[in-house]
Amino acid sequence: MTSIQKKRKAFVEASYCVACGCCVKVCPLGAIQIIDGITAQVSMEKCVGCGKCAKECPASVIEIREAEA
Amino acid sequence: MKKRWYDYLWIFSLTYLILGFFNILSAWLGLICFFVPLIISLTKGTKGYCNRYCGRGQLFGLLGGRFGLSRKKDIPGWMKHKWFRYGFLIFFFVMFFLMLWNTYLVFSGIQNLQQVVTLLWTFKVPWQWAYHGTLFHAGTAQFAFGFYSVMLTSTVLGLLTMILFKPRSWCVYCPMGTMTQLICKAKSQH
Repeated sequence: MTSIQKKRKAFVEASYCVACGCCVKVCPLGAIQIIDGITAQVSMEKCVGCGKCAKECPASVIEIREAEA
Repeated sequence: MKKRWYDYLWIFSLTYLILGFFNILSAWLGLICFFVPLIISLTKGTKGYCNRYCGRGQLFGLLGGRFGLSRKKDIPGWMKHKWFRYGFLIFFFVMFFLMLWNTYLVFSGIQNLQQVVTLLWTFKVPWQWAYHGTLFHAGTAQFAFGFYSVMLTSTVLGLLTMILFKPRSWCVYCPMGTMTQLICKAKSQH
């Protein structure tokens, strides 16, 4: 039997991300990286969905929502 | 999180702004904030400057964050739209070249040195107290006045959006940030 576990994770709206890196600085788990100076990328393994990055993001392009684990 | 040396670069940015009130020629130091991000993006293909070293961003983060001078509201949608960001970059470029043109006019002797700082590209603020002569051509001083105008104007805009929206709202439409991101995008395609 499989059970679908839902966990809260951070999602970046990449097309609006300015790659400033504010989210990287506040992430307590080091789960965010700026890829090639283009956009922020969240590691789904490390992210616990605390929402610090979403609060910090000056463009407010990070959303915390449930993801299928 | 452990603080590193580059987490204190806001002191450099603050000192720069203060120095401009005493000796305008110090404005030349601001070129560091123009060339370093460009060099990092061109050579490494990253926004390492924004991500780590930008003292101005740190200053806004500190004032809006720890000092609580920010409403911490979402920035309006149009301000993060790429057309606004690219438009602001072009506008900034045009104003920058106009400033260089004014510097050229002083260098060539067509125009006299104007000891003013132009705020928001419009308001000419007398600034003669910060000029004590130069060993070089008066044009070097004109560039300093012009460059300091650019830096002070962007600080004022940054502070305004810091208060109204989130602390580092300036990062969303910062022309240097937009430009380095474009460079990184171009580099990653090759």
